[in-house]
Amino acid sequence: MKHISRRATLASFLCSVALAGAAAPALADCGIASGRVSIVGNEFPAIKSVAAKAAECAIASVQIKANLTADHQKINLPGMQGNPAEYTTAIVATSSIVALLNGDVVRPLDDLVAQHGADIPARQLITIDGRIMAVAFMANSQHLVYRQDVLAQVGVEPPKTYEEMIEAAEKIRAAGIMQNPVGGAYAAGWNLAQEFVNMYLGQGGEFFEPGTARVAINNERGIAALETMKALSAYMNPDFLTHDSNATSAEWEAGNVALMNMWGSRTGRLMDAEGSTPEVYENTRVGAPMTVGGGSIPATTLWWDGWTVAKNISDEDALATFLAMKHGTSPALLNDKTMGEAVWMIDGYVPAEVNEGVLQTMAMGARPYPMLPYMGLLHTALGDNIADFLTGKEDAATTLADIEAAYTAAAREQGFLN
Amino acid sequence: MKHRTFLWFFLPTATAMFLFIALPVASVLVQSFYAPHEQVIREVENCTVFGCTKSTTIDQEATRALREAEPLGRFIGFGIYADRNHLAFAEVARAWRASSGWADFRGRLLNLPFYGALAFTLSYTAVVTPFSILLGFVVALAVNAIPRLMRGPMIFVSLLPMIVTPLVGALILFWMIDARGILGAALQGLAGDPGLSVKASTPLMWAALMVYGIWSTTPFAFVVYYAGLQTVPQDTLESAMIDGASRWQRIRYVLLPHLLPLTTFMALIKIMDNFRVFEPIVSFNAGAHAQSLSYFIYSDLGGETRLLTSAAATSVLTIAGVIVLLSPVLLRTWRTFGKASA
Repeated sequence: MKHISRRATLASFLCSVALAGAAAPALADCGIASGRVSIVGNEFPAIKSVAAKAAECAIASVQIKANLTADHQKINLPGMQGNPAEYTTAIVATSSIVALLNGDVVRPLDDLVAQHGADIPARQLITIDGRIMAVAFMANSQHLVYRQDVLAQVGVEPPKTYEEMIEAAEKIRAAGIMQNPVGGAYAAGWNLAQEFVNMYLGQGGEFFEPGTARVAINNERGIAALETMKALSAYMNPDFLTHDSNATSAEWEAGNVALMNMWGSRTGRLMDAEGSTPEVYENTRVGAPMTVGGGSIPATTLWWDGWTVAKNISDEDALATFLAMKHGTSPALLNDKTMGEAVWMIDGYVPAEVNEGVLQTMAMGARPYPMLPYMGLLHTALGDNIADFLTGKEDAATTLADIEAAYTAAAREQGFLN
Repeated sequence: MKHRTFLWFFLPTATAMFLFIALPVASVLVQSFYAPHEQVIREVENCTVFGCTKSTTIDQEATRALREAEPLGRFIGFGIYADRNHLAFAEVARAWRASSGWADFRGRLLNLPFYGALAFTLSYTAVVTPFSILLGFVVALAVNAIPRLMRGPMIFVSLLPMIVTPLVGALILFWMIDARGILGAALQGLAGDPGLSVKASTPLMWAALMVYGIWSTTPFAFVVYYAGLQTVPQDTLESAMIDGASRWQRIRYVLLPHLLPLTTFMALIKIMDNFRVFEPIVSFNAGAHAQSLSYFIYSDLGGETRLLTSAAATSVLTIAGVIVLLSPVLLRTWRTFGKASA
């Protein structure tokens, strides 16, 4: 996932430097004779655990190293285009695998799975056009996070729809408990675009004309999605366009907000005893994702994180990488420390209370983030233009027209449109 | 110097300039004329833990043939320069025809990303360049006037903004102007409006970015002027004092003419620097309110799908912008130089 902001890069870089020397791997027999394994991926607790587990396979003839950074998307494609590729595996998510598929740098895994991966459950295999291109190990989504005590004070149930969320926010404001009770990662750019994607899917919208790269968001559903976002932003801190997931979490831990749509992978940190007061973390609860505009599927997207194997490497390195990553995401990974870090797809996973939101998102039939070759271009165009509507510079129809025009120019450049 | 000696003297510099300046610029220029091939798209079914969905993917076999035929990409000439995300000729023409008056046209023009970014970049350059030079001059005069013993520590303190890494320096100011930060809260108190937020308002965000720009670049002007002040001939200053010139008159008629070449030099460097303003926009998360050409390059290269041609075209446009802005100063220098050698 890319919900870690660019601004956090420096901090996370410093952290990864500090942590690099910390874990001394116990040796495990992964059945690898020899080879080179080089991992690139995002940097958050669950992925760090996977990389550390995979590193256990290192023996004298097997070299294993990992480069985990919030900037992984800027380096994974260039790092896999060379021959031999620098990175033999990239840990990717629903959206970031697309750039690797577009660049044709990942290897189909069917033969490796057939010969060495009989013990990988079928649900973990990501197939594209019938070929296995990645092995997923965790699920993630955005869903409701709320303050039990604040909602009880104004006498409302946890909201099931965005309309109820706005009503609850009005009651909290009217009661004088909080001036701006709603939080949200609305920072202009990737985060803001993601909130539109959620809202538009919740309205039942489709981003493109089926089977083509022609964008189709300038419609009533698009306008309704923007209007709901604007209505919500009226209950947010006025600086909302600068708040990414990190800043929104900080607002939560400071006790300034009582309702928000937040990533499941971040709720663990909100509910632990660090960085906040007991009043906040003891009353923090997760709930199912909300629907919008009377829709039946929730206004959120499902994400998986998984690993790939590079195309431009020797068969020996590919096998070593496959076996090491299989070990890294095997049931042996799960223990008391790692269990709550994510909604694992691995056998033996026992859900904790903090993972309830993501599980409910799956149960409610939310749609996965679209895995389309040109979705990244639309996401960028959304992130660059929605702020003009939320700041009141232009109306919803103009903003949607701007987004379509910006996307179309970029898609023409990339050769997706004529 | 003999031509031969000069050649050998200059050769290492020329080689380095060719390798590290001319070649990259030429490469960027060439890349801006080529775009990726037309992508052959195929409908497929993708299956994940969340179920199977109809989707599309790039047909790699079909695309590979195109790629091998033309490894540079497809030639599009100035196509990317002219498109909506850059100079937007067609959109500007349409806005011109459709607009009811100058104000309306201006609004439509600034809604196009390139012109919106240009408006901020030019305003930033126009404000930050003179103010940082002026402020640097004032600080240099002040430091030059205090007793020698105190000068060392004063110079160090005055240089601090330049020593702090730009990204970090901008982050510090970003937190200070937060509604709960020391400057943000002070502004709320002064304005008597508890809801006032610098980060939510476009004009205030522009002002904050410019204040950061002046703060971070003043030390450079200060250092240059301070060095310049050490070279002022004392005889001239003393004779001016004997003639009864006031402090202001000494600055106006002795110091300023003496420091004029330095000012030209600084204006050149500062215009170039300010025109490619970038770090504060990232640190301030200001993308919603202000964008610059450099920010576009960053966002083209940092998106999930990298837009290499677009980034190359924006880079060339940035270089062109710098050349246009510098041309008056360069012309002036060339004339002065011409006079001196004549």
